Amino acid sequence: MALASSGPMLFYLSLPFVAAILSPVLVRLAGHRGVWLLALAPLAIFAHFLSLADPIADGASFSGGVSWIPAMGVELSWRLDGLSFVFGLLITGIGTLIILYSGGYLKGHPQLGRFLAFMFLFMGSMLGLVMADNLFALLVLWEMTSITSFLLIGFDHNRRASRRGALQALLVTGAGGLSLIAAFLLIQFATGATSMSQLLASPDVLRESPLYVAIFVLVLGGAFTKSAQFPLHFWLPNAMEAPTPVSAYLHSATMVKAGVYLLLRLNPVLGETVLWETVLPVFGGATLLIGTILAIRQTDLKLMLAYTTVASLGLLVMLTGFGGERAIEAAVYYLVAHSLFKGGLFMVAGAIDHGAGTRDIRKLAGLRSAMPITFAAACLAGLSMAGLPPLVGFLAKEEIYAAIAGPDSWSILITIVAIAGNALMLVIGAAVALKPFLGSRPAALDEAHEGSVLLWLGPVVLGLLGLAAALAYGVSNRYVFSPIASAAAGLPVSAHGALALHPGLPLTLSAVTVALGALVYWRLDMARLIVAVLLARIGWGPDKGFDQAVSGIVRLSSGVTRIVHGGRLEAYMMVVFLTVAGVLAVPMIVYGELPQLPVPLTLTFYEWGVVAIAIIGLIAVMLANDRLTAIVSLGIQGFAVALIFMLFGAPDLSFTQFMVETLSVVILALVMTRLTLHKADHRPTRAKIVDGAVSVVAGIGFGLLLLSVTQVPFDASLSQFFAENSRTIAHGRNIVNVIIVDFRGLDTLGEIAVVMIAGLSILALIRLRVRRPLEADARPEGEAAPKGALENAV
Amino acid sequence: MEAAFALLVSAYFAVSIYLLLSKHVIRMLLGVALLGNAVNLLIFTAGRLVKEVPPIIAPDASVPQGVTANPLPQALILTAIVISFSFFAFLLVLSYRAYQDLRTDDTDEMRLAEPAGEAPPPAGY
Repeated sequence: MALASSGPMLFYLSLPFVAAILSPVLVRLAGHRGVWLLALAPLAIFAHFLSLADPIADGASFSGGVSWIPAMGVELSWRLDGLSFVFGLLITGIGTLIILYSGGYLKGHPQLGRFLAFMFLFMGSMLGLVMADNLFALLVLWEMTSITSFLLIGFDHNRRASRRGALQALLVTGAGGLSLIAAFLLIQFATGATSMSQLLASPDVLRESPLYVAIFVLVLGGAFTKSAQFPLHFWLPNAMEAPTPVSAYLHSATMVKAGVYLLLRLNPVLGETVLWETVLPVFGGATLLIGTILAIRQTDLKLMLAYTTVASLGLLVMLTGFGGERAIEAAVYYLVAHSLFKGGLFMVAGAIDHGAGTRDIRKLAGLRSAMPITFAAACLAGLSMAGLPPLVGFLAKEEIYAAIAGPDSWSILITIVAIAGNALMLVIGAAVALKPFLGSRPAALDEAHEGSVLLWLGPVVLGLLGLAAALAYGVSNRYVFSPIASAAAGLPVSAHGALALHPGLPLTLSAVTVALGALVYWRLDMARLIVAVLLARIGWGPDKGFDQAVSGIVRLSSGVTRIVHGGRLEAYMMVVFLTVAGVLAVPMIVYGELPQLPVPLTLTFYEWGVVAIAIIGLIAVMLANDRLTAIVSLGIQGFAVALIFMLFGAPDLSFTQFMVETLSVVILALVMTRLTLHKADHRPTRAKIVDGAVSVVAGIGFGLLLLSVTQVPFDASLSQFFAENSRTIAHGRNIVNVIIVDFRGLDTLGEIAVVMIAGLSILALIRLRVRRPLEADARPEGEAAPKGALENAV
Repeated sequence: MEAAFALLVSAYFAVSIYLLLSKHVIRMLLGVALLGNAVNLLIFTAGRLVKEVPPIIAPDASVPQGVTANPLPQALILTAIVISFSFFAFLLVLSYRAYQDLRTDDTDEMRLAEPAGEAPPPAGY
């Protein structure tokens, strides 16, 4: 393994974040033209990756990083091998084009700067995600892609549908993120590995671990939510509420592939088990079929593409789980091809929307003369999606059939699923790429026009790349497909893709696919109707289920709140004191730790006298019917306590207590003259009995607690320490005072602060007057407030 | 000695909790004042009682001679008395102001922050 110095790579990985900070400024200065400058950032990273193409193609990998939280094994470490290399090229290459496209698409939008900042944040997170070596760094970046996706889907946050789509994406992918955290913790627990490199270095440890099943399920939880596998696919079509550049970039070319990336990355350590090779194809195949069928139903270009993205992700998962290097190879061909053509088609859809004012396929026709460049780009992308030569989609489809076709029933089943899915994919590809451009242009589209260079540059470049990758398949195999397939398979693989038409099973299956697709395309309107009727009959889907779940959670939480937080102070107090009584009484009874009874009540007669005064004061406070009695009896019990302190060797306490009780009585008297004490408390007798019982139980509990405390031997070591050191260390003879001002001086400082804050708060409360709701009330109706007065008030 | 004080502490806690459970702010305030004394007496007794000998070192000695009262609970209680006094004063003014503005001292009618029958939150987005 070759080690590169970490400096330049970390610099390049942080470039998108720098661009995110700069973009609002640049857009303010230069308007939408600022994107030309901003696009240089991803372009520079792209170029840096390209400069490493040769060693990567020779099987080298690079790594490096800096320490982040060393105590927990968390590092910002990166690893560049075939897999992250190709993902990096896709993210930065398509990213460059998308940034330019955003400038054209959102030209003049007041929040273009913010939009670009979000895009760059996403780009940085996604790039970091595929480059991350440390498991926890990967997790952080994984979550960051979820969050930036949320921000971008909800970009147009004034619309309810946007907010819903954003929240849905966040909740679904966020739940997946939680699942992934658990998975990585288990992986670390099972293998001790904290990074992908360590994990991949010992491939069999995880498969043989008893935790394999749990890890497998949790990893799938992360991957399936991110890559929108059925039945968690519903968030992806709703994410189409985002502006089209977002759909093209996050929700087709890059972010949704993060789940597939994770599966490919972990394939060498988790794959080749029965579980892996059953669960993945089943979910992937189901997603492929359901995605394409739902795509047929749609009439909005973006939604049609969104559902085929779901289907494509299903196909990728199915291939990843099929087993064998050949299937992995097919998966990576399709992954690259899909990113190129789907990104392009989304941009075409956006350009059509921009130029013709609608994305409804039923209203679009005959745009070829008005938008010739877009039409050319659409053809290249659409043909690639349809899997026709001479485009990279064709290579992918040939590889798929070569990989999965076989004589056993499982292979045949998978092949049938693949043919059906690919045929329907061809239908959608053709519909999106051809339908809007062919035929005669309706009068409503007279105004249609080609967009600026920013709008067509992206799809054209991606289309041409798809063509070039297929024509120069020798080059693309060496630099792209072989490295990524080797990294994903865990052993050197040389890619087989070639443009030549070899007669054989794959070609036959391709022909079947095209024929089937052409048939459906011919009867597309009817197919749409059939699917629509079918769906209407089912009536319920995960999307609706999500709404029900969300409103259910809101209802549940507001119900729980109403119960535990009902707004009645008395109820809160009752709960608190019931708990107090329970906590005191129950353990003492259950564990038999009640104090020994009876106990001798030995006090001298004058001590009894003081205690009696205190109790009389207490009872008088409790029964007081007028404020004078209440104040006086409060004072009586307070002075009795002061006397008790005096009798038991605490003159300081006694003095303070006298002062404080006097002050309390004075303040109470001041305030009470303005308040009325109700004659008796309003509690009904039943409430009084309940309250009385609770307070008696709590009171007895405290008494018993105190008794049992005093019946165990006394540990005087702390008091001894103060007694011994008060004079020798702190030079004071009054030990209590020394403790307060010296040993625990900081505590006393805090106490003084509390007193000060209480005083300030009292001052504020007294000076704060009821704010009258402006003078407007006093003024006759209809008369406008003088302008100056209103401004002053504001 | 301590047993008699345990009785006194029980009475203090029982009365203060009984007052705190009443729904009148003024009675609850009286309860708060009593609660402070209850806790202080609890701590004081838990540190054991010694009659009439304050923890003071004689001028010609470096450690206290003979048995003295436990200084530690005294120091803790001294802090507690002052803090509970400021707390009491603050609560007193606060409830007075609340009474002025809300025209009631019944906690059941003080529902400004958590009004009764509040509409449930929107279930949508």
